[in-house]
Amino acid sequence: MHESTDVHATSTQYKSEVRDLSFYYGEFNALKNINMVLHEKQVTALIGPSGCGKSTFLRCFNRMHDLYPGNRYMGEIILHPDDVNILASNVDPIEVRMRISMVFQKPNPFPKSIYENVAYGLRVRGVRQRAVLDEKVEEALRDAALWDEVKDRLNQLAFNLSGGQQQRLCIARALATDPEILLFDEPTSALDPIATASIEELITDLKDKVTILIVTHNMQQAARVSDYTAYMYLGELIEFGITDTIFIKPKNKQTEDYITGRFG
Amino acid sequence: MTAKSPAEISQPRRLGYSFRRNLRERFIEALLFLTAFASVAITLAIVVMLVKESYEFFQHVSIWDFLTDTQWTPLFDDAHYGILPLVSGTLVSSAVALLVAIPLGTIIAIYLSEFAPFTVREIAKPFLELLGGVPTIVYGYFALLFVTPLLQQIFPELPGFSLLSAGLVMGIMIIPYVSSLSEDAMRAVPMSMREGSYAMGATRFQTAIRVVMPAAYSGIAAAYILGISRAVGETMVVAVAAGMQPNLTWNPMEPAATITAYIVQVSLGDLPHGSIGYQTIFAAGLTLLLMTLSFNIIGHILRKRYREIY
Repeated sequence: MHESTDVHATSTQYKSEVRDLSFYYGEFNALKNINMVLHEKQVTALIGPSGCGKSTFLRCFNRMHDLYPGNRYMGEIILHPDDVNILASNVDPIEVRMRISMVFQKPNPFPKSIYENVAYGLRVRGVRQRAVLDEKVEEALRDAALWDEVKDRLNQLAFNLSGGQQQRLCIARALATDPEILLFDEPTSALDPIATASIEELITDLKDKVTILIVTHNMQQAARVSDYTAYMYLGELIEFGITDTIFIKPKNKQTEDYITGRFG
Repeated sequence: MTAKSPAEISQPRRLGYSFRRNLRERFIEALLFLTAFASVAITLAIVVMLVKESYEFFQHVSIWDFLTDTQWTPLFDDAHYGILPLVSGTLVSSAVALLVAIPLGTIIAIYLSEFAPFTVREIAKPFLELLGGVPTIVYGYFALLFVTPLLQQIFPELPGFSLLSAGLVMGIMIIPYVSSLSEDAMRAVPMSMREGSYAMGATRFQTAIRVVMPAAYSGIAAAYILGISRAVGETMVVAVAAGMQPNLTWNPMEPAATITAYIVQVSLGDLPHGSIGYQTIFAAGLTLLLMTLSFNIIGHILRKRYREIY
């Protein structure tokens, strides 16, 4: 792996460190010995051609792979400030997901009202007091830039919202529980350009509050929203560094070819 | 035979009207239409027959008497034609059955769809479906000769025929209908929705109850409605185990006849065609049809109102 200069020279702290991470779907080795860091309250983008393992990598952070049999992690993902390896077998994946939230490729609101969608994470944590729920729901919807559009119809079914609104609702849902890391798995691939722009703007705004890791197919999007970029290919991390450096003068020939559109 | 040049092959092309192809298509379409129409026609024919014979019946008995008289004794010298005793028997036995079938069927569906490992599901499903394949007469005798004596150990005053015993066994019989359809509905919920719930830190149980079940609502409602229709229309179990005397009661510990049991009883006798006793069968049958029809309509409305959009 070629690390671009001054990655470690920045003043930000690490929220998470990935050490020698490998991942297997049964016998298939989907991630190979990845070493990387997530800088606190920064946006890190994962780019690479289809099938390179970027979504697989993202889903290691909230132990999503535990839902399906036959999956195996090796190596460590250290979460700071606890310095705990969240992949360790004695760590409960539910506890991990309570601190690391996720927004999916396609908006996946629950068959509930707008209010209950946002309150879901709090409800599964046993929060019952109406005042607390009301406050958190409003805060999350404001943070997701959706409050003004839905404040008069919080009790309507979430399916009545447009695609872009549904995705912002899913972001609000993820924010309502004050996560430390927010994972985005190609959050705009099912949206039109205007909805995409609003989600991108939102991601940029959110990094004051939360550390963000985003998988994207769209290199312009990575360039626009991220502070750090990792280029992956066939399950390996090829290059990782400050986004500007990666896009302007990548160290690796393969990264350059991908970014300039010669392949991928 | 000489090879044709591409130009020669494309020669006979034209943009005309193919009479033969059109005729064949028309014929196939008509055949498909007739097949579909047959089922509608048969349903209509049944309704017409029921209504026609019931009309004859209501020439002799007023609808008011039919709906309010508390006795059903059409074959006695002192004949009364009040459907209420039969309706109460039907509703009580169905209620007992549904109290068994809906909770158990739903729990089984949640387990099989959301919790059971692959092998357990593959073994359990055929057994459940087997439960639905047992002839109903076998259930009837199971109720009469096994369940009733068992219940009499707990309730010594329970008579040999009772709505309770028949309803319990009918409930067991209906479980597979409820569980199988509900499970299908829950498994049809997209995985992305479950992942959304898990990603919020929800447990499996929370995901099943709070996300998967509401998402599968319309399918589960359809399963319940099918269960209700089965219970209301079930014949053999109640005819064998609930007794044959019409009895206006809401107490499941008593024997009583249901609408279906009465129809069986009278159909087996040798009532002269066209007599009023004979026509009671159709009036009772029409009542039953209207009951199941109204349940189906309620189910349809519920389904439309809560139809999920993915």
